[in-house]
Formats: sequence, C-alpha cells, structure tokens
Amino acid sequence: MNSLMKLMTTAAILVATSALTPAFAANTAITVGMVLEPPNLDPTSGAAAAIREVTYANIFQGLTRFDANGAIVPDLAKSWDISADGLTYTFHLATGVKFHDGSPFSADDVKFSLDRARAPDSTNAQKGLFADIASVDVVDPATVKVTLKKPNGSFLFNMAWGDAVILSPKSIATEATNPVGTGPFKFVNWVKGDRVELAKFEGYWGAAPKLDKVTFKFISDPSAAFAAMMAGDVDAFPLFPAAETLEQFKADPRFEVISGNTEGETLLAMNNGKKPFDNIKVREAVAHAINRKEIIDGAMFGYGTPIGTHFAPHNPDYVDLTAQSNYDPEKSKALLKEAGYPDGFTVSLKLPPPPYARRGGEIIAAQLAKVGIKAEITNVEWAQWLEQVFKGKDYDLTIVSHTEPMDIDIYGRDNYYFNYKSDAFKKIMTDLSGTTDPAKRSELLKAAQKRIADDYVNAFLFELPKLGVANAKIVGLWKNQPTPSNDMSEVYWKD
Amino acid sequence: MSVGTLPEVKRGLVGAAFQSKSFALGFAVTAVFILAALLSLIWTPYDATALAVSDKLKAPSGLHWFGTDHFGRDIFSMIMVGARTSIAVAFVAVGIGIAAGVPLGLWAAAKQGSLVDEIIMRANDLVFAFPALLIAILITAVFGPSAINAIIAIGIFNIPVFARLARGAALTLWTREYIFAARVAGKGAVRISAEHILPNIMNLLIVQGTIQFSLGILADAALSYVGLGAQPPTPSWGRMLADAQTMISLAPHMALFPGAAIVLTVLGLNLMGDGLRDLFDPKLRRSRS
Amino acid sequence: MAPYLLKRLISLVLSLLAASVVIFLVLQVVPGDPASYMLGMNAQPETVEALRQQMGLNEPLVWRYLTWVVGLAHGDFGVSYTYKVPTGELIAQRLWVSLPLALYALLLSTVLALPIGIISAAKRNSAADYGIMGVTQLGIAVPNFWFAMLLVLLFSITLRWFSAGGFPGWNAGFFVALKALTLPAVALALPQASILARVMRSSLLDTLSEDYIRTARAKGLTRGQTLVRHAVRNALIPVLTIIGLQFSFLLAGAIIIENVFYLPGLGRLVFQGITQRDLIVVQSVVMLLVFAVIIITFLVDMAYALVDPRLRSRA
Repeated sequence: MNSLMKLMTTAAILVATSALTPAFAANTAITVGMVLEPPNLDPTSGAAAAIREVTYANIFQGLTRFDANGAIVPDLAKSWDISADGLTYTFHLATGVKFHDGSPFSADDVKFSLDRARAPDSTNAQKGLFADIASVDVVDPATVKVTLKKPNGSFLFNMAWGDAVILSPKSIATEATNPVGTGPFKFVNWVKGDRVELAKFEGYWGAAPKLDKVTFKFISDPSAAFAAMMAGDVDAFPLFPAAETLEQFKADPRFEVISGNTEGETLLAMNNGKKPFDNIKVREAVAHAINRKEIIDGAMFGYGTPIGTHFAPHNPDYVDLTAQSNYDPEKSKALLKEAGYPDGFTVSLKLPPPPYARRGGEIIAAQLAKVGIKAEITNVEWAQWLEQVFKGKDYDLTIVSHTEPMDIDIYGRDNYYFNYKSDAFKKIMTDLSGTTDPAKRSELLKAAQKRIADDYVNAFLFELPKLGVANAKIVGLWKNQPTPSNDMSEVYWKD
Repeated sequence: MSVGTLPEVKRGLVGAAFQSKSFALGFAVTAVFILAALLSLIWTPYDATALAVSDKLKAPSGLHWFGTDHFGRDIFSMIMVGARTSIAVAFVAVGIGIAAGVPLGLWAAAKQGSLVDEIIMRANDLVFAFPALLIAILITAVFGPSAINAIIAIGIFNIPVFARLARGAALTLWTREYIFAARVAGKGAVRISAEHILPNIMNLLIVQGTIQFSLGILADAALSYVGLGAQPPTPSWGRMLADAQTMISLAPHMALFPGAAIVLTVLGLNLMGDGLRDLFDPKLRRSRS
Repeated sequence: MAPYLLKRLISLVLSLLAASVVIFLVLQVVPGDPASYMLGMNAQPETVEALRQQMGLNEPLVWRYLTWVVGLAHGDFGVSYTYKVPTGELIAQRLWVSLPLALYALLLSTVLALPIGIISAAKRNSAADYGIMGVTQLGIAVPNFWFAMLLVLLFSITLRWFSAGGFPGWNAGFFVALKALTLPAVALALPQASILARVMRSSLLDTLSEDYIRTARAKGLTRGQTLVRHAVRNALIPVLTIIGLQFSFLLAGAIIIENVFYLPGLGRLVFQGITQRDLIVVQSVVMLLVFAVIIITFLVDMAYALVDPRLRSRA
C-alpha cells in the first residue's frame, strides 16, 4: 500500500508539472461540453439532438433559422415573398455563399436538399416538415420558388429546423462523417468517443465569427462533467447533467450558471386506450395525486416551471392550467372510488434513461402509492422505449419530455402512443392549420390547451429547464433552447 | 488438489472451523449482514422506500445513522434491505451454478475422453470465453432489467466453474480403488457418481460456493450499478452507488456506506472461504501451522 | 502430437462458429430497432422503413449472418449503423485506448504484486505477511468502480491533481495521455494486484516445499539465494498464466471503468452500441473479444501439451 501511495504521488507530481504549461493562446478557442456524442453529423438523416447541438448554425444553415429567442429570422434566404393565397413562397437567397469545400452555393442546392428530404426513400427524421411541399423550382441561381399543396402557417418555422438545412449534392455521400455546409465553422476532426473539432471558415459569407476553434467534448458521466467544469477542462456546458451541483457553481465567481427554458414539456403519459386509464376519472385522479413541487425539488433540484397542459410557459399563448390539476390526494382517492377502484390498482411505469424520468419516476411512484395506485417501475433504454412504448403502445404509464417546439398537434395524431381520441381536439387542429389571423390562431391554441387539460390526457409535470454552466468570461451563449443548438457564431471571451 | 474424505471432515467440523481465525471473523461479518437482511423483513429504522424530499442529502446523524440520500430516504434502512437483494441474487446464482454445473461435471468425468466429455468441456470453455459483464448486459437488454435476470446472468457464468471443479475432482476419485470395487460390484456410473463421488467432493464445492457467492455479490453490485439489477424502489447497493456518483462532492456519505457494505460482505465471505479451504485441505493446513 | 493438434484445431473452429451463432442470435432478439432509434419520435413509418432498407436490416436472417461471418473471415467487420464508418476502423481507434489501458493496469498490478507476494511468502506468518494478506483480501473485495469513484473524489475533485476523465489522445503527448489513463489503470489494477500477490505467495510457498529447494538449502545456499535462484523462477509459471488471463479480462472488463472515466475505449463502444442498437458494432466487438480469449486459451493449452505429454490424453 505504501509503495502504491508513493507511486501515485510521483505520478501526481509528474502530472502537476506538465499541467503548468497550459495551452491558453489568445482566447479564441472554446471547449464545449455535451452529454451525448452525436451518432453521426448529418442532421438530415438522424433524430439525435446531439447532431444539431454540434452542427446547427455552426456548420449547416437553412433558408430560415431560429435566433436565440426562438424567433424565425432569415438565414440563407435573405428575404421572401408569399403569394396572396399562401401557396407560393419565393425565397431570395444570399449571394457570395460558399460551401466549406469551396464550391459555390446556389438555388440548385436548395432544390436538391428539399427534394431529397421529401423523396420516397428519404431518411429524414422530420419528413413531416416537408409534407406540404408540392414542388421546388429554381427561378435563377439566387431565387427559389416553393409551391405548397395547401396553405401552411408554419412553413417558415418548419424550414428553420435543423432537419431542413441546405447541403451540397457533391458532399452528400460523406455528410455523416465529414459534414460540409455553408456556416461560419468548418468541420476539422472527430475523435470518436471523445470530441469533435471545428475551425473558423475563412470563406464565410456573413459576419466572421470571433472564435477560431470550437471543440465539442462528450462527457456523459455527471460527476465527470462536474469535475471537468471545475478543472477548466471544459469552458462551457450548455446542458449540464448534474443539476444537484449547480449551487456550487453559483457560489464560485469563476462560473456563471445559465438557466433558461427549453421546448420540453415533461409528462407522465397515460395510455388512454387501456384500462384503467381509458376512464377519465382515473386520469383525473392521477393528476391530483401528483405533487409537481416535490417532483421539481426532488428530481430537478428546484429547476423547472410547473405546467398544466402541453404548452411552453414562455409562449405568449400559454394558459396556466396548473390549478385545474392541483395536488389533492383526498380528491384523488374520491375520484378513484367513483371510478370503481376504491382500493387502487397496479400498473407499470416505464422510465427512459434521462435523470428527469428516472428520478421523477421514483418520486411519482411514491406519490401514486399514497392514493393506492401501485406503479411498478421498469427502467428501459431509449431503443426499448421507442419500440415498446412509442411504437407498440405497450405501457400503462411513462415519463418523457416532448422537446419539439410547438408540438401540441401530437394530441390530434391517429395512433399516437397516448391513444387519445378526440374529435373536438382534431377539429381545433384542422381550424388552426387553415387560419392565418394571429388573434384567431392564439384563440385556437388556447382552446387546444384547455381541451387536453379538461380531458386529463396526461399528467402534465413541468417544462424542462435548460441548465448550463459556463466560464464567467464567455459571452454570447444561448440562454434558452428554442431548438437543439450550440450556436457559436457570436460567442467570444471578454478578457 | 487433494480431497479430504468425508469421515475425516465430519469429525468436529464446526469446532475446527471456528478455531480458524479467518473463518471466525468472516463468519461473524457475513452473519451480521445476513441478520440485517433478515431483520429488514420485519423492521428497519425507517421505511426504505419512503421519500422525504425536504430531508434530502442529510449527513449522518443520530436521527439517520448513515445519513439520507437525494430523495431523503434513510441510507441505513436502504442498506439493510439492499443486503437482502444482494444476498438473495448471489445465493440463487450460486445455486444455479451448482445445480447445473455439478451434474455436468460428474457426467463428463464418468465418460472421460468421450464425445460427451469433449462437448461439455468445450462448451465450458466457450462460456468462459465470453466477457461476462457484457453478456450480462446483453441478457438484461433482451429480457429487461430485473433481479431475476441478474440472477440468470450471473448464474450462467457459475455453471462452468462448478462443472470444471466437479470434473477435475471426480477424475482423481475415479482412479481410486473403492470406486473400482464399486464398478466391479456392478454399480452404474450414475450411482457411483451420486453415492461415492459427490459426497467426497462436497467440501470442495462448499469452498468454491463461498467464493462464487462473494463474486456474485460483486457482480450484482456491478450490474445494478449500470442499472440492470433490481429495479427501484427496491434498494440495491449497486444502484445506491450509481445514484451517489453524481453527488459525490456534495454528499460523499451516499457513496461511502453502500460501498463499505459491499466490501465487508465480500470480505466476510472470502475469509470464510479461506478458512474452510484450510480446514478441508490437509496439505495447506500443514503448511500454514 | 499431430492428431491431438488437429483435434484441438477442429474444436477451436467449432467453438468460434458456435460463439458467432450465439452472439448473432442473442442480438437478433434484443428488443429495439436500430432504424427507429436513429430517427426518433417524430419519424414517419415509411421513413423508418426506408432506413431499414438502407441498413440492410430487411434481408433474411441467415443471409445477414452469412454476410457478417464471411466478412469477418476477410477481416471486414461491416459498417456501423450509427457512426456510418467501417466498424473495423472504430475498433482500431478504440484499441488505442483499451490496449494501453489494459497494459498499464497489468504493469501496475504486476509491479506491485510480485514483490509483495514474494515478501509475504519469504516472511511467512510474520506480521508483514498477515498485514499483506489482509490488505489483499480487502483489495479483492473492493468493487473497482467504487474504488474509481473514491479516486475521483480524492484526486480529481478534492486535490485536482488529475482530470476526472476523458482521453486527450496520444497526439497530445505521451505523458499527457498516460496521465489520463493513470486513475483508471489504478482502479483496474487494485483487485488484479491483490489476486496476483496472493497467487504469487501461494505458488512460492508450494515451490519452497519441493525437494529440490531443500537440496539447494542443504548445499549451503542461503534462504535469500534459494528464493531468488530457484524458487521464484519456478513459482512464476502459474503466475504468468494468471497474468495472461488477467490481460484478456482487463481488455473486456474495463467497460464500467471506461464509463466512470468516460474513456473512448472498446468497452464504452460496446456499451454505446447496445444502447444505440448499433448491433453490427456490438456483435463484432464481442466476437473479437471472444476470439481473443479462445485463441489465448488454445495457445496456453498447446504450450502445456508440449511441456507435459500426459495432458494430451486427458484434455
């Protein structure tokens, strides 16, 4: 043991001396921590958020884009005209744009990318975004005309997604491992299992980024993430996995804790098509058995906004319906009795890997137990969750965060895993897609939120927060997460 | 490997065992955990699954002897219940290994050199060749994580251990004269294996069983650590460590106590195994004293 | 020897085939579809179908098995579903972490264990012997991932001497890379060293009781001389066997440690492969590890058979 200690001390001294020569050149480099490594770097053929977190607004650009606040702003399309019937969009493209391989960008690339995404053999994870496109026509190298099958109020919004970025047909075969886009940073290197490196693209058409080098480092282990941040191995961790340690960062002047919001509505989803949750009284009973504050405190260490419906609280159209499903175990028991379950029942609760689900699930199981509902926990991996819960609808209860923006329409989908069937809700959705008047749209969106809250489709828990930690000297990181992205184009170090 | 004969072993076994310091110490430690596990069936200081989020991450105190975890659960109570899970998983896994492995080993020994022998031994090698933890992970990926599947995953890897041991020991016995006599008397291979060989390799099996038991505790801890053992809210030592990991700088006690419980249980079993081996193995006993 | 060798070779090939069938079949029944996993919650069924087609998942089972095995025989491990690069390339990259880590841990454990074992045997029944035996008992009982957590708590979080994990790559410099592997290697080495020290001790004790040692002593060699010249050398044979076994264990068994320290090694590749249902990667890596163990066992058996002809009839 003695010699072990000696050995470790020697090794440590060796290491300490080598650490004395840090690689701080001028501060134009940044290392950004991410929990998950992207499986590949092609956002047009994979759903993993990590792909977008590396590539969106850094490597790839679309016709439009989300800005830091979630507004839709021009990107490769400088401007656009929409025909009076809402069917034709004419995009005026930026000029002088080059791909990272040096080839010029033109309207042909736009046509190619959109046509590829909606082709029959497309493997685009969000193919639905392109479903309303009837045709894409090149007017001239700097103008593209997109014709829709029917008016679609969210078409520009759809084109801002990471799945709708513009690629070059020349590099398409190797996009997954060597992405070539038009963005401010070009891909340099990917050490699998460890990091992806980007460098400033000298030929960038827009305002030059202030950083020369961006490294995305993949650290899945929360304690390792904590240690890496503390040790300065990582400069920023926009989606920090260990919420429990944030107090320590807050107390440390070297760091800034960035807490914003995401588009993730976290739900205790109930299988509306299966006993006992086909009974609205039972669903209401579950809703009243849930103590959101305890869940947010226990699973999220106090971060997260309670929600009472499937809508983001920071959205102007949000209606706060949390009071309708307040914590009231007595009422819950009474409702169970009315529904014919005076002694409760036993159901399964399937939990995917994220901590909000695993930790939240343990708390929810304990809360349900208090009203007599025994929830048996099974931890599943994402692949299993997708197959059994999402595709197979073989579940009673599950916890998941729906992170797509503006996705209340999922309640109107046939065969969706909630098994919720409501003609009233579907009508609201049909009316919505045919409405362009903002006031009327807002009205309909509010009605939709109330509808699902009244039907107690799911127990709505909280809006997933975006909890990040960064070196206090870094400026320009996104506070919120309107879409998965680590946009580095405007990030810099203040000395 | 020498094999003590039965009459020799029976004489004053218990007394002799406790004269071995390592056996006595190991037995004492193991007994504490087994008793804690049994006691947890009727009593724990707190309900091991009751959440009290307002009491989370409390350091050890008179109120909570080992402190509380991130949900405010009492760690002492969780360790008691966790002992039950770990011990049960490892014990049944050893049982599987013995129940399947010993008959296979005896069969192979009885048919030494035959095709059956060859197949059994090569199958054993094959199982040995698989990276155990990986296969356990695959098994739970197929059948879902649960204590039962952890038992099966660990149990499978116990089979070749016992098969090899039984075969090796049986082979030396088959050359003994009294076995030859039994054969001449017309006893079949099955009867000989059951009546003459099995009783004589029992002590070896007990020693190996103790060692596999302790390995089983470690394996269960590793599996639950990666989330593949008993599912929440049932406490398990490995999962307690996994939960503790992210909070290690905040609440080190969450990691210390379950880890210490694993170490002590494994240590206790290993000491017991060592003591038993010294007792059963005359050659080693001589060299020790 | 020749018939024995032939017999063992046939059984080697049969073992490998059996292993490949088992691995392939187990992975076929793992629930979860690689294509659905990649495309996520919003994907349309036809899109998933298109991706399955592209991945070759719609081919018949037997055909997929044969493609894989024939590929393996040519050294072609197939293309990873998620990374979309040849699996062989991935494995090679990961081996640059896993292999040095296993060697490092093995070196640490051997360097620690052999002297300790020798001292313990030489001073049998002394306080030092009991102390060493006690510590090694403890070392065997400590789960290495827990030990790793304690190392991180002490050396990374409290003392900040080592980073808590990650691997900068060998391009960052030999010592920088070695430093990153130090804590994981120590965590892996502790239980191995404990086992090895005990094997060394008991093997040495066995040797010391052999007749030729007594003869050497009788010829007037000192205890120390006897120990070094005769006993240790002979006692090393079983120790080397254990070291060989430990190496293949370390190569495959570092999964958990690689996860604690987020090292991009072989173990983590498999673990990720399982969660992402990158089945082709999983089956190829598992097959590779099994292959390594089977070959090592085969070679060890051959070596023994050469030394000890009696074994040929027994095995």
